[in-house]
Amino acid sequence: MKKKIIYLLLVLLLIFIFTVFLKGLYKPNLYTPSQTSNKNLIEFSGKDLFSDIEITSQQLTSSKKFTIINIWASWCAPCRLEHPILMDLSKNPNLNLVGLNYKDKSESAKKFIYERGNPFSNILVDNNGIISIELGAYGIPETFIINSNTKIIKKYIGPLTNKSFKEIEKIIN
Amino acid sequence: MKFFKFILIIILSFFILQKNLIANDNSILINKISKNLRCLICQGQSIYDSQSDFAISMKLIIKKKIEEGNSEKKIYQYLKNQYGEWIVYDPELNKKTIFLWLFPLILFAFGGLLIFRKVFIN
Repeated sequence: MKKKIIYLLLVLLLIFIFTVFLKGLYKPNLYTPSQTSNKNLIEFSGKDLFSDIEITSQQLTSSKKFTIINIWASWCAPCRLEHPILMDLSKNPNLNLVGLNYKDKSESAKKFIYERGNPFSNILVDNNGIISIELGAYGIPETFIINSNTKIIKKYIGPLTNKSFKEIEKIIN
Repeated sequence: MKFFKFILIIILSFFILQKNLIANDNSILINKISKNLRCLICQGQSIYDSQSDFAISMKLIIKKKIEEGNSEKKIYQYLKNQYGEWIVYDPELNKKTIFLWLFPLILFAFGGLLIFRKVFIN
């Protein structure tokens, strides 16, 4: 009788271990920070790419209902993919688009904008990546949607797609 | 005059040494903190080991925070707020991790009990 119980327990333990590993197999092992944050936007300041004037985050968020901060660089291939979507978003009157140029050469960044159009009202330069990290980003492109109370209401990691474009339009309108 | 020069050199070298010592102290703390943080780009490496852009900027942030006078604990807290608990290697004791923390203790107690039975009862 005792042997039978031990045997049963052993089988149950094996089944338990098997299911844990099976579940683990299907779980992606790449960690991504949560995309729905309700944090306040930190205060930061940076130099404008074109005018070289120091601009603070308060100046950026005060003008319109919603502000989008998009982190990009000319060397980043996915940023090229999402650029047309940013151009479309820039047509929305409720929206203020701000670019954060991440670890980029000034000339290359300007060339990128001249060639593809400028969706941004301001582009801040983030040469050492500190502003991006303080925002909570870890790679580029990354996009933050900020409401009029300077709360980050949504965050997109990776390039914007048509689907995210529709989502953003829905949030804004 | 010579004596004054001697004193001046000693005072100057004291200040220079002290400054170096503080800088050195900071870099030890930066290394300590960055070894306890996961890199989100090269997952599996610590911020200390990784050479990714993210890790390089992260080390700058840690340095900045230390210079602003933040304690080690505060820096971890700040980064946890930004990136979630996952960023630190040392998991906090909470509802989700209680099993993780208690299981080794349970195993330890169980093992101790087995040894106790074997030695003292048999």
